[in-house]
Amino acid sequence: MKNKHEPLEKHVGWFFIATIAAISIGGLVEITPLFFQKETTTPVDNLRPYTALELEGRDIYIREGCHTCHSQMIRPFRAETERYGHYSVAGEHVWEHPFLWGSKRTGPDLARVGGRYSDDWHRVHLIDPRAVVPESNMPSFKWLEEDLLDGELTGKKMETFNMLTKNRGHKNEQGEYIPLYSAEDIAGAKKAVAGKKEMDALIAYLQSLGHALK
Amino acid sequence: MSSFWSIWISVLTLGTLVGCYLLLRMCLKNFAGVKEGESMGHEFDGIEELNNPLPKWWSTFFLITIIWGFGYLLLYPGLGQWQGLFGWKSSNQGILSLEESKAKVAQAKEQGLLVEYDREMAAADERFGPIFTAYAQRSIEDLAKDGDALKVGQRLFLQNCSQCHGSDARGTTGFPDLTDKDWLYGGSPDVIKASIMHGRKANGMMAWETAVGGEQGVKEVAAYVLSLSGREVNPEHAKAGQTKFAMCTACHGAEGKGSLAMGIPLGAPNLTDNTWLYGGSQKAVEESIRNGRAGVMPPWADILGEEKVHVISAYVYSLSQN
Repeated sequence: MKNKHEPLEKHVGWFFIATIAAISIGGLVEITPLFFQKETTTPVDNLRPYTALELEGRDIYIREGCHTCHSQMIRPFRAETERYGHYSVAGEHVWEHPFLWGSKRTGPDLARVGGRYSDDWHRVHLIDPRAVVPESNMPSFKWLEEDLLDGELTGKKMETFNMLTKNRGHKNEQGEYIPLYSAEDIAGAKKAVAGKKEMDALIAYLQSLGHALK
Repeated sequence: MSSFWSIWISVLTLGTLVGCYLLLRMCLKNFAGVKEGESMGHEFDGIEELNNPLPKWWSTFFLITIIWGFGYLLLYPGLGQWQGLFGWKSSNQGILSLEESKAKVAQAKEQGLLVEYDREMAAADERFGPIFTAYAQRSIEDLAKDGDALKVGQRLFLQNCSQCHGSDARGTTGFPDLTDKDWLYGGSPDVIKASIMHGRKANGMMAWETAVGGEQGVKEVAAYVLSLSGREVNPEHAKAGQTKFAMCTACHGAEGKGSLAMGIPLGAPNLTDNTWLYGGSQKAVEESIRNGRAGVMPPWADILGEEKVHVISAYVYSLSQN
């Protein structure tokens, strides 16, 4: 038994492959099974797809990087649930692509922010956060009030979500999966958002968060 | 979890642990064909590799972590369907509704399962529950004189209400001041509590620009409205505005004293007291008339529960009692 690891150590290609194999075990154990668990792939009872406007708002949320300072994941600790509400459950997020759980809270968690503030508050707060919360260090997003949506891609986004959530939607009475968005939704998507302010879309998205678990 | 995935997880996890152990054992053997501490027979830039064994402290710790790993997987649920000897869980899983969540808490309690989150909540309930229950049995007026209750109320207010009403409860443009005696829906304890519990959605002042006759009409009505609280305005505008104000009286009352003065909970403010929710400048009042206003107070019953709302109501009530 003489230096059996020598070929591995002296050939970077083999070493690379062996390293990938070793570190992928963690993912195979912790992540892969979750794709196939009923507990993690069944939508909660009241989950509904985003409306066209909310869907656009969600993309603005991603574009502006909201998820870099706001999480959408309430952990099962009393310190969190007292402030934010019931801890997040897997079934609330089964249609999220990509998920926006985030990993940092410079601002508060937003998983259940929907309905906690009025639309007016969100508008004022997004334009000038310090107008309502003097201690806030959130940046101003005043251009959202000026930029308008054209809705060119909204229908396509819906189709993409249909593809990504294939066989994971709700079931009809015959037990067949219903796509998230119907042909009618997709055809009407442009009309539903065109000309609306980005601000309205983002607020609609924020107000939709967290109502699925009830 | 299906048995396939349970086996998948268990085999990979335990296999890795055993693999680590075998790797460690192999590395502790001298199979280099060179005596311990002697040169391996090569050097780079004058630096020679010696056949030194792994440090004892390091390999011992490695071995301990492997043993720890087995112990952990025995006690806690890490291997698929295996629940662990402690029967410990961080929280209930696979919840599809709030009702189901409650049912699972009850079920876990009945079966004596150790759900960390449930245990934390139960401990807090035991400690704080009686305090809130006792508060709930007292009237809001009574609580408003109790320093301890007010401290609790203030803490809850800062956490949940200050984002709109401000940490001093004095509000800001569009969000009412709660420390004065000027109320949109009423300042009695019961009404305050109802406002917090169920929220308020102002019937919404509509946009009046067209109805009052365009920009000139807006200016005139604004002048009349400002004159109600004794402000100096263009008298001609005010006079023309007075006629048009007839359209406003349905909500604001014939004298402009607001819907509360008429005993109707419409949320239409008193216009004669020089307290302005959306700003009292000529420009701000014109803007209100031109485009309308619709304030919304969200309902808190579901988020906070009645007991906490009761204490917050006492705090809010106390603010305007000095």
